[in-house]
Amino acid sequence: MLGKLDWSAIPFDQPIPLLAGAVVLVAILAVLIWVVVKGHLPYLWHEWITSVDHKRIGVMYILLASVMLLRGGSDAIMMRIQQAVAYQSQGYLPPEHYNQIFSAHGTIMIFFVAMPFVIGLMNLIVPLQLGVRDVAFPTLNSVGFWLAATGALLVNLSLVIGEFARTGWLAFPPLSELSYSPGVGVDYYAWSLQISGVGTLVAGINLVTTVLKLRTRGMNYLRMPMFCWTTLASNLLIVAAFPILTATLAMLLLDRYLGFHFFTNEAGGNVMMFMNLIWAWGHPEVYILVLPAFGIFSEVVSTFSGKALFGYRSMVLATMAICVISFMVWLHHFFTMGAGPDVNAIFGIASMIIAIPTGVKIYNWLFTMYGGRIRFETPMLWAVGFMVTFIIGGLTGVLVAVPPADFMLHNSMFLVAHFHNVIIGGVLFGAFAGFEYWFPKAFGFRLDERWGKAAFWFTFLGFYVTFVPLYIAGMLGMTRRMQHYDVAAWRPWMIVAAIGMVVLTVGVICQVMQIVVSIRNREALRDRTGDPWDGRSLEWATSSPPPVFNFAFSPDVRGEDAYWDMKIHAQQQSLEHEGPEYQDIEMPRNSPTGFVCAFFATIMGFALIWHMWWMVILGGIGAFATFVVFAWRDHDEYVIPAEEVARIDRVNLEERRSLVSMAGAI
Amino acid sequence: MSMTATVGRAHADPHHIGIVIEHPGPASKRIVTAYGFWVFLLSDIVMFSCFFAAYAVLVGQTAGGPKGSEIFEQRNVAIETVCLLLSSFTCGMASIAADVRNRFWFYFGMAVTCVLGLVFLAMEFREFADLVSRGYGPSRSAFLTAFFSLVGCHGLHVSAGVLWLLTMMAQVFAKGFRADILRRMMCFALFWHALDIIWVAVFSVVYLLGSGV
Repeated sequence: MLGKLDWSAIPFDQPIPLLAGAVVLVAILAVLIWVVVKGHLPYLWHEWITSVDHKRIGVMYILLASVMLLRGGSDAIMMRIQQAVAYQSQGYLPPEHYNQIFSAHGTIMIFFVAMPFVIGLMNLIVPLQLGVRDVAFPTLNSVGFWLAATGALLVNLSLVIGEFARTGWLAFPPLSELSYSPGVGVDYYAWSLQISGVGTLVAGINLVTTVLKLRTRGMNYLRMPMFCWTTLASNLLIVAAFPILTATLAMLLLDRYLGFHFFTNEAGGNVMMFMNLIWAWGHPEVYILVLPAFGIFSEVVSTFSGKALFGYRSMVLATMAICVISFMVWLHHFFTMGAGPDVNAIFGIASMIIAIPTGVKIYNWLFTMYGGRIRFETPMLWAVGFMVTFIIGGLTGVLVAVPPADFMLHNSMFLVAHFHNVIIGGVLFGAFAGFEYWFPKAFGFRLDERWGKAAFWFTFLGFYVTFVPLYIAGMLGMTRRMQHYDVAAWRPWMIVAAIGMVVLTVGVICQVMQIVVSIRNREALRDRTGDPWDGRSLEWATSSPPPVFNFAFSPDVRGEDAYWDMKIHAQQQSLEHEGPEYQDIEMPRNSPTGFVCAFFATIMGFALIWHMWWMVILGGIGAFATFVVFAWRDHDEYVIPAEEVARIDRVNLEERRSLVSMAGAI
Repeated sequence: MSMTATVGRAHADPHHIGIVIEHPGPASKRIVTAYGFWVFLLSDIVMFSCFFAAYAVLVGQTAGGPKGSEIFEQRNVAIETVCLLLSSFTCGMASIAADVRNRFWFYFGMAVTCVLGLVFLAMEFREFADLVSRGYGPSRSAFLTAFFSLVGCHGLHVSAGVLWLLTMMAQVFAKGFRADILRRMMCFALFWHALDIIWVAVFSVVYLLGSGV
């Protein structure tokens, strides 16, 4: 009846996960009770959970990422403490628990923090920048988000019920095969990624179609904001790469569940095939994450320098070049596994070639700043901090792309420091820059500058104090994933890294404080014009937060930096145009499809992990029924009458006129 | 979707070359839906290509078990192929019938497509069951693992297609040829034809090449 699930699945002997689980459970229950008692449930249901509005879905993605960032961050803190104290001792964590922590940390940070964060920002902003009303497939968008949430939920369930994988974040066989990992840890890993991976694919298809097919009048490809270009590149990579992950995990699961022999040691299975497949997905994944961040930096640097982006076309070219080349370098992840000098040389050179378009981008950002009127507000700080940090990460990357050097450095702490250097310095800084930059757009008020700057400086310094010691420890020969060690030379660096972690944590606390303080002072921080930063692209042409239909009229784009053009023309001609004819707007109707799908996906995933076959069938039938019910809807759109559109738009226009008259001549 | 060339606006484009191709605005729903579904199909084909790659890597790893030439029945596969290719034709007929709003020929075309799909599935199931009963199941060797997975993955897609087909017939029955139903029908037809293309690859890579070895 309950498959493999019994009382032994609850780790009564391990106080840490049990306590953490209990705290989280109490917190969730408290929030739920508060929501129900205060009567917020109908609001949450109608306005958020069933919403198909791309802006709301984007916000929910970012919320999911933020919560999981705290979870993944606590894993990181535990690891740094363990390595600081585990010199010639076992430390405070049992080995198998430590192994679960580093696997969960990697999995969560990539799949449930970085991915939802960038997808959330893309969802929130891209339709606005393209001047359209929604993404191509709004309901599918909601399904994608809720499937990502399902994956996150399953990972967190593993904390209390059962265990998580002890195999590292990519679950390499044969360690992840049934004979070496007989528990449910790898199953938790595989099913949560499989389900959230489908969600990611759906989001990718959606955004590719949105950028390619839904652009407002006059928005030619070479007039799209840079963020839309990097979104396109990133989502093309998602569409091309995530099916590989799906297939690879499916093969691993077939091995584990039905005794197949894809990656086993027996009967002709081939472990190297897993490495090739997983990195054929995994390497593009790095660029799926960092390309949107590059787009954010382009927008931020241009806005806060008061200049059009330097070398726009070379930027587009560099983006698409990275998109293509990122698929040709996966083999550098196993230089040391005996592919031979020729293969290693070719892939080493291919890996280094990516530094060229990336260098083009860096120079373009620098030249954009050159001669500009730079305002060092929080988003710009993150952008400048990114440029310094990412260059260091990129240089160490070129170093490990040299096969002989890689023979010395692979699987060392140097490598760990390198990829944290690019992922934190690139993706996370980009996500934070985007968060600060677009927060007023999403919520209608700015974030507190002082707390924001404090958060930046603590995170920035904390990052260096944490990861420079790891570079050094790697040079001293320390390998990754160590539960404890006996080399005295490593110890001081581990202690410094732990101190860096404290500084980083202060940075996180500042971020939280920034949000709390800003919400309290939201009246003072209110953004009435919709354009708090004097922006250049179309998302600033509508009010903050935008009405559900984004734009009362589809904007007509005449060149790059569409909104900047409009502002200049408005000043020359004054904003008085003939009272426009407002028209009815059709918008997609809210739908619980995504939530219900995720509900059944959760049931199915949980049942599959614990081999409860009747429940699997129940979940499958439920999912199909949801699909049919959704397909049976007669009215999937509702109409916003022209008078309502006019009323909303006039308020926006009034605020905007006062902005233009106040701004004066440029 | 038409593009119009405007010469007069050239000055608005800082990198102008004299002619600016103006983007006319968002595409129609029909185009957006079909485009998105094409993108999905491409991603699905990427997934299949992984199973093809795995098959290519593992085809020689028989671990003392049978080789492809010892277990493939050409006659069976030939009939399967004929069924599937014919079903693609009847699916096309059903699509045309839907476009001209002819209910009878729509139902007829879809029903024949469904029957052909089911015959295909039944024959594949029989082949699998026969192999398993002889002890040549997917866990016998890495070659059989890859074979069952690749062919089975296609079979799973066909099964999902049959479910979708029946849903489409019910939808037309209940709601008629509405614009949204026609868009779904277009996606279904794309899906069914794509399965055909993949089967041609399976047929060539697995059965034709495999029988020669």
